[in-house]
Amino acid sequence: MYLLNRRLRHLSGDDIPASDITDGQAFLNRRQFMAAAGSVALAGVFLPGMSLAGLQPDDDLTPEAIVTSYNNFYEFGTGKSDPAEYAHEMTVDPWSVKVSGAAKKTGTFAFEDVIKGLTVEDRVYRFRCVEAWSMVVPWQGIPLKDVLAQFEPSGDAKYVEFKTLVRPSEMRGQRGFFSSIDWPYVEGLRMDEAYHPLSLMVTGVYGKSLPNQNGAPWRLMVPWKYGFKSVKSIVSIRFTKRQPKNTWQLLAPHEYGFYANVNPAVSHPRWSQATERRLPSSLFEPNRRPTLPFNGYAEDVAGLYAGMDLTKHY
Amino acid sequence: MSKVVRLKLCLWALLLSPLALLGYRIWLDLQSPGLGLGADPGEAVMHFLGEWSLIMLLCAFSVTPLRQMFVGWQWSRPTLGLLFSRSRRLVGLFAFFYVTLHLLAYVAFFLEFSLQELWLDFVERAYITAGIAAFVALALMAITSTRGWQRRLQHRWQLLHKLIYAAITLGIIHLWWLTRDDYGDVVWFSLWFLVLLALRLRPITAR
Repeated sequence: MYLLNRRLRHLSGDDIPASDITDGQAFLNRRQFMAAAGSVALAGVFLPGMSLAGLQPDDDLTPEAIVTSYNNFYEFGTGKSDPAEYAHEMTVDPWSVKVSGAAKKTGTFAFEDVIKGLTVEDRVYRFRCVEAWSMVVPWQGIPLKDVLAQFEPSGDAKYVEFKTLVRPSEMRGQRGFFSSIDWPYVEGLRMDEAYHPLSLMVTGVYGKSLPNQNGAPWRLMVPWKYGFKSVKSIVSIRFTKRQPKNTWQLLAPHEYGFYANVNPAVSHPRWSQATERRLPSSLFEPNRRPTLPFNGYAEDVAGLYAGMDLTKHY
Repeated sequence: MSKVVRLKLCLWALLLSPLALLGYRIWLDLQSPGLGLGADPGEAVMHFLGEWSLIMLLCAFSVTPLRQMFVGWQWSRPTLGLLFSRSRRLVGLFAFFYVTLHLLAYVAFFLEFSLQELWLDFVERAYITAGIAAFVALALMAITSTRGWQRRLQHRWQLLHKLIYAAITLGIIHLWWLTRDDYGDVVWFSLWFLVLLALRLRPITAR
């Protein structure tokens, strides 16, 4: 525990006492981790056997207040503060999830039943938005593989598609007259991406259950991809043979692809992806830093894309 | 103080008020980071200035049709007419001022004063090309806005200042091209511009 706390204190600078981010369910898992990991490399705590799991020495945690008040969730409006302002209008309990496609166990399930018995882990991940800002966030979540495997996908399942809730009465962005998005918000992963140990189904942040604005009750977190891949408030999981069309790709195919791996070498047509503004940024210290290939997780995930031309599969 | 001077002072205050609001937000942010400008203050400042640049440009472009309306109305006061006839340049210069601050905010907070990066953006990104072209058009107008230049250029001055059409069109295209979703703002700005263009289609005699 001591070691981990020291690591977190290092990550968070002096702003956030480690005690703030180690409450609730987190304790148990950390203890388990510590027992397993002993005193080996610090980030091994999060992912035993893997490298530093992408975290860089100067990665300070982004304060909770910013993580939960500044983000994109177009279902509630296009402003960065709209989600925090309006997401409380969304009912997240009860919540059900429809599982369909190439799997043995399909049907509609209650959210509690889907996560029952699965272990929630702590993961501190770098988060890089396609708009060139970034954060470092302590999430709690279930390895995506554990979530998906229980539905026993068949050999035909090459991809998995996720959809966000559509409920215009509670999601004002979906009522917007000037929006060009065809709801629901759709995202997808290749099965080997989904089964990668870094892929997480997030149920909490900063040791608390996930706030609505961050995608309650659960959302994806795929840290080596741009943030828009990490679909929020998921109500549908579909296993499929063909690559799903994700929302942003449908909206602007020359700007957003299916893979959306963080890549400083491939510019978004409208801005460079070579650097990012790490939040919180300030006027006189913009906190700009170089963007890393695969958002710093290249060692762990580059192999998934061996032989692919990433300028074409952006 | 004459009536015109008082009205001009009011106009100055009005045109400066967005900047005062921004100043207040920056001051708040310096007291407690995030309070006035949010988590990404550079973006917030640039966005705010960009929005007001377009509003000011459209205000400047609205002066002539408004003056014509006031002149046409029975109850219009001579002082108001006088104000309108003398305020177009002031509003236009303020618009240029906001556009300049908007560009400076971009160069400062996004490019950290790298002119090389600005050049790359200008060449590679169409919306930046449009934005900078609008800035150049407005700069030409601002430089030649004095009476001296008006005299020197004579009839060509009128022609040169038709650049306002290009500048506003480019400004709106700049916004269209950088909007990702929610076209509300850009639709309203475009409508405002279209109405002003339609008003200018009236026969010359009405002016």
